[in-house]
Amino acid sequence: MAQALQPLRATLRRAPLHVVLLGLCALWLVPTVGLLISSFRPPRLVPVSGWWTALVPPYQFTLQNYRQVLDAYSMGRSFLNSLFITIPATIIPVIVAAYAAYAFAWMRFRGQEVLFTIVVGSLVIPLQMTLIPVLRLFTALGLAGTFPAVWLAHTGYGLPFAIYLLRNFLGALPRDLLESAAIDGAAPLTVFVRLILPLSVPAIASLVIFQFLWVWNDLLVALIYVGGAPQVAPMTVTVSHLVSSLGQNWQLLTAAAFISMVLPLAVFFSLQQFFVRGILAGAVKG
Amino acid sequence: MGLLVAVGVPAIQIGYVILVEHLLSLLPARTQRTLRPGLWLAPALAFLATFLIYPAVYTVYLSVLDARSAAFVGVRNYVFAFTNREMLIALRNNLLWLVCFTGLTVGAGLLLAVLTDRVRYEAAAKSIIFLPMAISFVAASVIWKFVYEFRPAGAPQIGVLNAALTALLPGFRPVAWLVNLLTNNLALITVGVWVWTGFCLVILSAALKGIPAELLEAARVDGATEWQVFRRLVLPSLSPTIAVVATTMVIFALKAFDVVYVMTNGNFNTEVIANRMYKEMFTSRDFGRASAIAVLLFGATVPIMIANIRRFRQQEAIR
Repeated sequence: MAQALQPLRATLRRAPLHVVLLGLCALWLVPTVGLLISSFRPPRLVPVSGWWTALVPPYQFTLQNYRQVLDAYSMGRSFLNSLFITIPATIIPVIVAAYAAYAFAWMRFRGQEVLFTIVVGSLVIPLQMTLIPVLRLFTALGLAGTFPAVWLAHTGYGLPFAIYLLRNFLGALPRDLLESAAIDGAAPLTVFVRLILPLSVPAIASLVIFQFLWVWNDLLVALIYVGGAPQVAPMTVTVSHLVSSLGQNWQLLTAAAFISMVLPLAVFFSLQQFFVRGILAGAVKG
Repeated sequence: MGLLVAVGVPAIQIGYVILVEHLLSLLPARTQRTLRPGLWLAPALAFLATFLIYPAVYTVYLSVLDARSAAFVGVRNYVFAFTNREMLIALRNNLLWLVCFTGLTVGAGLLLAVLTDRVRYEAAAKSIIFLPMAISFVAASVIWKFVYEFRPAGAPQIGVLNAALTALLPGFRPVAWLVNLLTNNLALITVGVWVWTGFCLVILSAALKGIPAELLEAARVDGATEWQVFRRLVLPSLSPTIAVVATTMVIFALKAFDVVYVMTNGNFNTEVIANRMYKEMFTSRDFGRASAIAVLLFGATVPIMIANIRRFRQQEAIR
């Protein structure tokens, strides 16, 4: 009898663990679930009943909110703007960083340590330190309020972390491999393209996801350099304006917010392991 | 246009190294070796100099000039930064963010790392906690503004927090979480904690798995309680990682902006330094004050910068 009770007792002893953990998970999920459900509810129900009442019949869901924010509140335009900002602002810094990381990891030159120390130091410079001078620069060049301004700014801001991550990864590659390639007389460019790039695919993948999410989710940089111009505003800027202009229209706000979350969530679910690897590789991004 | 950029920009970048290497190949081998590193580094250094180093130095200079950067005003902007009422509220709130945000993210991350390590649904649980990391602070602000939604007592509550508390606690009166001066800063910090705990969890969990299992088993066999194992073995082995994670959180606490900008815009005593700087820059157009505030923020991160550089030097020495 006592023997038969053993597993049950073990389960009971572990019950608090499961209760606490599942409780925390629920706590973390509920806010997002509430947003998702509200965005599909009819406008007349949202202000008078909680979203959880939609979980029991009669089921009343609609796509009307999405149609409305995409058409009338320029979320469609903003979605494209976000893509148009994020793609170049991801590709440019990754390529620039790959060149620099290669030089830092596999070339010897004077001032190498000092330069890399500057890179490590610049990881935590608050963006606020750069906003006014860079905005003035963009204004002088006629770039303020344009896409290229945001691409260039994000490249500059993303580079310290990108160089740091890639250089650490490249520096850990087996020395013999690269030295034998050099002895065989391979040109540096050939070594870079044929050896370095293929070997660093995992690091580059982490970096791409990082930079993509960072730029896609950024509000401050977009707010400063493209300002309010709706024809270039990304979704973060548009949604933040909607929060003040739509006020209590929760069914529209939730739909708009969810549209801005779709792509990062898809990236997150499909490429989570690379994202995690990137974080573990030394995330001290400022 | 879009396609042109998507193809054109990388093409220019790739063209750059090909051109560099072609030109180098025309030179003697020794000259090549001297020039090559600089040329591969040049694009990165140009970006760093233009967007980080030069602006940072320039901002320090602007901080001792007046609103239109026309006249030297000495430390007047700094005096403003430390005496203005709104600024004092912002400084207090950033301190609150520093303590609560860092403590809660690292604490919850540590707790969750230990808990998830003991269950079979570890991966799923971690994904759930980690998920908000993919969401922008703007979207997170909408999510939580809806959680905090307030209706007067008696009316049906549509915000889940007030609804749950009204249902569970008899006599509970709904709270306007974002307006109430006692709750609003913590309500904002909660959003930050919700987003960043996953980051702490992932790093701490990886470090936890790095502790040799035999070590912990041996202690358990010797009769140590779970708490003793945690206190005497797990915590000391994790402390370097905790320090790294905590410094990262401190930086985010200092720079807190999006959540405050979207949810309260600093009203009802929720102002933070970064939002204050934005307002001085765009609402008041006072570049002197805005720069002084930025320098203040930078000053707070300098110790962390030095610690990072030290840690990096140590790692390099081991390599």
